[in-house]
Amino acid sequence: MATAENVLEGLADIVNEIAGIPTEDVQLDKSFTDDLDVDSLSMVEVVVAAEERFDVKIPDDDVKGLKTVGDAVDYILKHQS
Amino acid sequence: MTAKIKPTQGAPAARIIGVGGYRPHRVVPNEEILKHIESSDEWIRSRSGIATRHWAGPDETVVEMTLAAAGKALADSGTTAEEIDAVIIATVSHFKQTPAVATEIAYRLGTGKAAAFDISAACAGFGYGLAIAKSLIVEGSATRALVVGVERLSDLTDLTDRSTAFLFADGAGAVVVGPTDEPGIGPTVWGSEGDKSDVITQTEPWDRYRDEHLERFPALRQEGQAVFRWAVFEMAKVARQALTASGLTPEDLDVFIPHQANMRIIDSMVKTLKLPDHVAVARDVESTGNTSAASIPLAMERMLATGQAKSGDTALVIGFGAGLVYAATVVTLP
Repeated sequence: MATAENVLEGLADIVNEIAGIPTEDVQLDKSFTDDLDVDSLSMVEVVVAAEERFDVKIPDDDVKGLKTVGDAVDYILKHQS
Repeated sequence: MTAKIKPTQGAPAARIIGVGGYRPHRVVPNEEILKHIESSDEWIRSRSGIATRHWAGPDETVVEMTLAAAGKALADSGTTAEEIDAVIIATVSHFKQTPAVATEIAYRLGTGKAAAFDISAACAGFGYGLAIAKSLIVEGSATRALVVGVERLSDLTDLTDRSTAFLFADGAGAVVVGPTDEPGIGPTVWGSEGDKSDVITQTEPWDRYRDEHLERFPALRQEGQAVFRWAVFEMAKVARQALTASGLTPEDLDVFIPHQANMRIIDSMVKTLKLPDHVAVARDVESTGNTSAASIPLAMERMLATGQAKSGDTALVIGFGAGLVYAATVVTLP
């Protein structure tokens, strides 16, 4: 089972690969859209990459609720199989 | 008594023998879209890759645009209208439900008594039409078929919807499909996912417009994120299946012509499919917008005209859209 730290680290890699944001900028309190400039379509790519990496399903309806990196980390930890 | 019915004898295979396109005269830049929505040229380009699109004028009807595109496809294929015995029109934006617009087009082209019908498969309409045309030719019910994707989506565009106002456009793309010895159209991998019918849809059915005197004409709406995820990741799987069904690998491809929905979808699909660098990718959406059923033949015509692709090239084509529906196949370019 991944820890919050593992998940944050993995998400930072994903956001870096998809949106070109430095991994150290991807912090729990950062908003994907406002702080990291991840637009709605890139967010979908981040979500799909996270699903594969963390073996979790994130339906479209739930994506809208993931405002900050911390939201995504919590969601993944809670829904991981 | 069950009488013995004589089997039909069709051609060994079918291929596209000519292509033609028609883009309306009026070019609409993003600045014009911005009169109605709070957005920016930069935002529209970054989210869609669209810089300009063509919108039809009053005289550029579904019929007139089709006749123009079909005339070019006939000339390109060296086929006369009389030789066409099936006319298949894919559209969602012809507003007279019956008779099928295909019958008027067949008559105006001078095909004689060609079988003529419309199909409704949104942005997959061209692929559906191509699959039907090939089957008719191989089965023996037709020798040469005209398949056209034609749309006037500007009529179904809500200019005040900031997520779609810049997307949709008008145009017609036509191909002539004829008999051949070697397969020039692979097996079609197609399907529908009706559980996702609300992801892209017309806002109101026509009868509500009549009964409740709605002020706003129905328009197209879509859930951008859901469409993007499905188009990129699910359609990449369908594209791979189409390649496999044709007995090919990505290395065998020269050209990739996905439905021109949005540049971001195209870019992500290319990345997900891991297409080799030598594969030329259609990016006609930048200057043509999203013309639904017309987008694949329009992009095909432009790639051939500009030298990005050449006759005999092997192309993977995939259409996907409202339904949700999809159709992918491998074709030899005319």
